[in-house]
Amino acid sequence: MKDLPDSDVAARQAWMGVLAKAPAAALLSAWDAHGLTPAFTWLRAPEVGGVMVRGRAGATGAAFNLGEMTVTRCALKLADGRVGHAVVQGRDTRKAEVAALCDALMQGAEAAQVRAAVLDPVEATMARAAHTRAAKAAATKVDFFTMVRGD
Amino acid sequence: MYVAVKGGERAIDNAHQWLAEERRGDRDVAELSVDQIREQLSLAVNRVMAEGSLYDPDLAALAIKQARGDLIEAIFLIRAYRTTLPRFGASEPVDTGAMACDRRISATFKDAPGGQVLGPTFDYTHRLLDFALAAEGLAPEAATEGEPATGPVPHVTEFLNHEGLIQQEHAPAHDTPRDLTREPLELPAGRPLRLQALTRGDEGFVLGMAYSTQRGYGRNHPFVGELRIGTVAVEMEVPELGFAVEIGEVVLTECETVNQFVGSKSEPPQFTRGYGLVFGQTERKAISMALVDRALRWEELGEDNVGVPAQDEEFVLYHSDNIQATGFLEHIKLPHYVDFQSELELIRKLRREAMEGERREAAE
Repeated sequence: MKDLPDSDVAARQAWMGVLAKAPAAALLSAWDAHGLTPAFTWLRAPEVGGVMVRGRAGATGAAFNLGEMTVTRCALKLADGRVGHAVVQGRDTRKAEVAALCDALMQGAEAAQVRAAVLDPVEATMARAAHTRAAKAAATKVDFFTMVRGD
Repeated sequence: MYVAVKGGERAIDNAHQWLAEERRGDRDVAELSVDQIREQLSLAVNRVMAEGSLYDPDLAALAIKQARGDLIEAIFLIRAYRTTLPRFGASEPVDTGAMACDRRISATFKDAPGGQVLGPTFDYTHRLLDFALAAEGLAPEAATEGEPATGPVPHVTEFLNHEGLIQQEHAPAHDTPRDLTREPLELPAGRPLRLQALTRGDEGFVLGMAYSTQRGYGRNHPFVGELRIGTVAVEMEVPELGFAVEIGEVVLTECETVNQFVGSKSEPPQFTRGYGLVFGQTERKAISMALVDRALRWEELGEDNVGVPAQDEEFVLYHSDNIQATGFLEHIKLPHYVDFQSELELIRKLRREAMEGERREAAE
């Protein structure tokens, strides 16, 4: 994987990020509606664990350990040899499996299909939720005005 | 002499059964679901995640249900669960400058670029009981007419950086922080370990310590330069891939204080900083953490140790963890019959000797 061109790495980082952050329900319903059931073998069966999340002192200084988050990881191989990885937030093993399958399929002929049926709708759902939250935040922005005092 | 060494199994079983029944409460009242706790008691969930040191809202909600709302008991459950998880690695340090902010305020700059965004805050509420909440009904929906901000919101301290008015925070070259969940806490701890202890420390303890500095026990004149709450992505390098990917996102509260500093032998007068970063929407804790962080930095900033508790790394770090504290405190209620038996023997012997001594003196 280290030999991939940068643009391919960036593309894969982008879809893996969407799959990791996707709400499990949204990802699974999009996947199930899509109806793909590719054959695969596990390279690493889904496993729940923790990742230590780090921050930086003063946002830019020395790193420190903030606390862990739960993640589920797995790796699988399609019949044609493509390998899919997933490290996704939470403890949903089925979400990890679907994320790894999408990762594998995105590396070949089914990429456009998976993007249209799974990635794009899930990403749109997440973007809508983020936009609504940002709009609610913006509605609480303070508008200062200067009081004219005296005459 | 009576020394109990065994027994009580039946009593313990029955006690736990009764506990489960009491947890459920009146069966004529609908049972709480874990989803309801996660969604409607979210600040309790956030506290359990922060002090349990594990970001997983569903697990925190379950722990709160199991603990009957006793948050320290819930934190205990999460800490115990956490130790069963294999550790897959550590994330890249999160970029709070790229936070999608729900709330972002500055007490120092009215016109900070990005604006003052209040978010879903208790501030400016009247703290009058709202009896409407006691009646069932639909909650009002938040206004969404705002124009969402695009792009990252810069940290307020950066504006002071431009003029060199504030102490800078630089990342060291070798930057793997020590982890107090993996090695015993040894002193001097250093700032990264202190920040880890503070972020998982008991909210009440850290608040009390911070308050003590405000009341004069190590005063450091803090302003809240910035307080922000929002979502950041978490990125981790995956060894099999050879590059970093986002593995999820977390809600964090970050507080940067701007503190007075008159300068030292090596530094001109400039502002200094305290830092708080905590899982979830937890702003009381984040502000407290920043104040205590600043107080503990006395040595690095060339200040005098005036001997107050908030400057004492050992005192703060060894007493901030509520699970350690409650474990040691609550164990004294468990059977100590043998220990006490020996104390009893001792006090009887001492009394016997004292009384014999008195009798002898009286006789002489």
